Amino acid sequence: MSLRKFITNKTTAALAVLLTVFANTRAFAQDAAAAAAPKVDMGEVYKSVIFYILVFLAVCLFIAIVGKALKVYELSREAQGKEGGINWNRVNSSLFALFLVLGLYGVYWEYTVHGAMLLPDAASVHGKRIDDMFNLTLIITTIVFIATHILLFGFSYIYKYSAKRKAYYYPHNNTIEKIWTIVPALVLTVLVLMGFLTWRSIFFKPEDPNHKPLQIEVTSEQFKWSIRYPGADGIVGHRNYKLTTASNTLGIDFSDLKSRDDLLADEMVIPVNKPIKLILNSKDVIHSFYMPHFRVQLNTVPGMQTIFEFTPTKTTAQMQEETNDPNFKFLFFCAKICGAGHYNMQKDVRVVSEKEYEEWLAKQKTYLNDDLRKQFNLPVAPAPIKSVADTAAKDTAAVKTNQMALNK
Amino acid sequence: MQSERIMSTIALHDEHNHDHADHGHHKETLISKYIFSMDHKMIAKQFLITGIIMAVIAMGLSILFRIQLAWPDKNFPFLETFLGKWAEGGRIKSDFYLALVTIHGTIMVFFVLTAGLSGTFSNLLIPLQIGARDMASPFLNMLSYWFFFMACVVMMSSFFIQTGPASGGWTVYPPLSALPTAIPGSGLGMTLWLVSMVLFVASSLMGGINYVSTILNMRTKGMDLWKMPLTIWAFFLTAILGILSFPVLVAGVVLLVFDRSFGTSFYLSDIVMGTTILPNEGGSPILWQHLFWFLGHPEVYIVIMPALGISSEVISVNSRKPIFGYHAMVYSLIGITVLSFIVWGHHMFVTGMNPLLGGVFMITTLIIAVPSAVKTFNYLATLWRGNIRFTPAMLFAIGLVSFFISGGLTGIFLGNASLDINLHDTYFVVAHFHLVMGSAAIFGMLAGVYHWFPKMFGKMMNAKLGYLHFWLTFIAAYLVFFPLHFLGLDGVPRRYYAFTEFEFMKKWLTVNVFVTWAAILAALAQVAFLFNFFYSIFKGKVAPQNPWESNTLEWTAPVEHLHGNWPGEIPTVYRWPYDYSKPGHDADFIPQTVPFSQTMSSNLPHDFEGNAEAEKIQQDWEIANPVVENKG
Repeated sequence: MSLRKFITNKTTAALAVLLTVFANTRAFAQDAAAAAAPKVDMGEVYKSVIFYILVFLAVCLFIAIVGKALKVYELSREAQGKEGGINWNRVNSSLFALFLVLGLYGVYWEYTVHGAMLLPDAASVHGKRIDDMFNLTLIITTIVFIATHILLFGFSYIYKYSAKRKAYYYPHNNTIEKIWTIVPALVLTVLVLMGFLTWRSIFFKPEDPNHKPLQIEVTSEQFKWSIRYPGADGIVGHRNYKLTTASNTLGIDFSDLKSRDDLLADEMVIPVNKPIKLILNSKDVIHSFYMPHFRVQLNTVPGMQTIFEFTPTKTTAQMQEETNDPNFKFLFFCAKICGAGHYNMQKDVRVVSEKEYEEWLAKQKTYLNDDLRKQFNLPVAPAPIKSVADTAAKDTAAVKTNQMALNK
Repeated sequence: MQSERIMSTIALHDEHNHDHADHGHHKETLISKYIFSMDHKMIAKQFLITGIIMAVIAMGLSILFRIQLAWPDKNFPFLETFLGKWAEGGRIKSDFYLALVTIHGTIMVFFVLTAGLSGTFSNLLIPLQIGARDMASPFLNMLSYWFFFMACVVMMSSFFIQTGPASGGWTVYPPLSALPTAIPGSGLGMTLWLVSMVLFVASSLMGGINYVSTILNMRTKGMDLWKMPLTIWAFFLTAILGILSFPVLVAGVVLLVFDRSFGTSFYLSDIVMGTTILPNEGGSPILWQHLFWFLGHPEVYIVIMPALGISSEVISVNSRKPIFGYHAMVYSLIGITVLSFIVWGHHMFVTGMNPLLGGVFMITTLIIAVPSAVKTFNYLATLWRGNIRFTPAMLFAIGLVSFFISGGLTGIFLGNASLDINLHDTYFVVAHFHLVMGSAAIFGMLAGVYHWFPKMFGKMMNAKLGYLHFWLTFIAAYLVFFPLHFLGLDGVPRRYYAFTEFEFMKKWLTVNVFVTWAAILAALAQVAFLFNFFYSIFKGKVAPQNPWESNTLEWTAPVEHLHGNWPGEIPTVYRWPYDYSKPGHDADFIPQTVPFSQTMSSNLPHDFEGNAEAEKIQQDWEIANPVVENKG
């Protein structure tokens, strides 16, 4: 009896200590806050490293005291002759069960709340296929994810240790093992096949001579993009990095006739429902041309041209309507680490109707200017300047005819 | 009790022993015992403690860049105090931010999860679990540690130079990593990175060769390959992977050194920095990526396989059940080993590599998911109808399985070339590999530390602090990495210094704050571990002979360390390591050293592997001792 009394005393004492410490920490935190409040801005206090260190030390102290209290409790149980204190196997297994329930809710919350903040549906032809592939994969993996976690934490809860029980000796079962080798293999085969076909449809497009894609050249450098349109001939001219100068930053070779009508643009404007062929270059290091709304990404590699073809299916205006966001805009940016300015290397993309596109194109300047004419020993007389204007006019006309041809 | 009996039978042979135990009485100086030690157990501890220190540093770096991500427009004066000009005005600079992520990744992948994990547990467990006195070459083993140590010192020294550490990402893709004009970190810092990596690879090769030769040549009597614990299988295959893939990284590194210092053009071509035209011609940046990922992909399996081996052992011991499908577990490890060599291209789907190759690599990549799935299901089957003891090691092993599932499933997205187009280099990738490689492997390592701490230090760690450590870390890790998937799905690229320049990223700023707080919680939870670890080394309860009632050989070696591991003869092995809860036996475990003749009541026909004579003896015994039905 006296023992029991002794124990109850100890337990109460421990609890009292616990409470005081808890109260103290709380009070301490409040004191610190209160003391600081009238004098300085609260923000300063929260910034103060020492404050946080003290809070952390208080938490450590709290944990230490809880630990001691538990130890006292367990020792006293032992002294009492009862089966040792807290059943930690039960505690941990219950925590796993709790974790499963809360975790599943958390996953649901993530899927619905953060899941609603994602990119809108793809705005390109191949992007739709990628989205379908993604949704299928998401469904399969979510089922597996939830099922295996229910089993994992469920088993952890159900089969917690009991001295009365012995585990079931079950070293192997070839049939079961075969099933769970073959089933994942089959599911993955389906995913591989679909992925493979999607991949092929993106990168191996049969060339249609009547339906030539619009070429646009994008060149990356630290930390900006340059966009070049092909002009009337529909072909972007030759580029030779060795010709790079302060005025010819892309190193365009104007001895190639195809270069002379090329246009320089500040933003990427593309006509809807027309195939676009992106020709990607890099001047200095590797960058990555990433245009997530269209599900387009490809690295730009110095010394190697990379090519991505896609067809936009929604105009910017349509997208603004669909997303209920009047400020919505497409854009592309860099996704491969490229230096200090990597985080801000972007350009706007505008998808417009064909008519708007032509109007815009007509306003763009040719890459070839007077400085460059001098450099390449091309005539810079007043007369040719007129002819430049003429060419530009012709360019638009040519584009128009091209487009009309495409429409047919 | 069981183990005591075994000990006494072993002790009987002691009188005949003049073998190795006497060598234990060599005069050991401080230097030969603690510094230039050739004892595998001491080297394991050296690897572990160095690994822990490096992990703390790398975790600290991650907290620094998480602070930047959460509060990109706030000043933290204390940052300037610590970082000086790299955080002028209390704000981390953007090129230093990249240095932080680079060194965080490098340290975590190579120094913590490769050396800290394989180095610690291969060294500790290979000789002890296969019954060897030490490694095949203790001297090489010592060198392996000291090369690793030098690699760490060189890597850390790059924080103390003018231009700062390497900052081209842990994959150090040239030309960024080759041109100091592209980023300051590609100056001396990158040179130090490369030197450090060569030292590291030398270390890892010496270790790997040692592990393989020890396992193949020095197993004790009776320890055939199919009686080895899964830990040993995992270490063995990991070592083979390392030996075959690390030299390729050195080849790549040497070429990069040439490009940087001797004007060659292996990786460089057609480069214009601003308006300066570089003379390099004919190289290809893609070549580096092939060489790097030829190591880099096996590397992630070098990281995860030992963790899987450790968790197999820990789960089996603490479920008091044989690991389900031992052979399938080994074959899936072998499958992963072989396949891991032909999947590296999945890191390069959108690098401009020929799309035809992309298709091929997608197929091999998704095939590797099959052995991984088999392993997961086998873990679940092992837990089923077990009698689970939730030691801290077991908690971490279960946590590993959870992370392995979560991270493995997102791998199915990334392994699919067409989905990778939009996910490549986004936060989805960050979330994926931090779960499957980062968290899972670190949980494997922690499970190993809690499980074999008694073997390493002869003391027990505090279990309750272990529980606290597990639950805080487990919850915080999910809170950090689960939301990051969604950033990736929204097209937010990784390695962005701030999300402030893009309108569409601003909605993720609050998530970043949340993730940073979760990361800080995870980091603080490690204090519980560090305290527990170092306190228990000195003040922990003295460990019993076999604290977890485990079957494997290391628990038959005396708690007090001997150079040579066992006094007297090395124990002989008679059975596989997973005879837990075998029906007909009184205890729920039968150590590998117990011959079948002592367990007549629990032997199964399968145990004799077709040995007719043994089967006959067993049959005769069973006829003589009919089974009495046990009711209840």
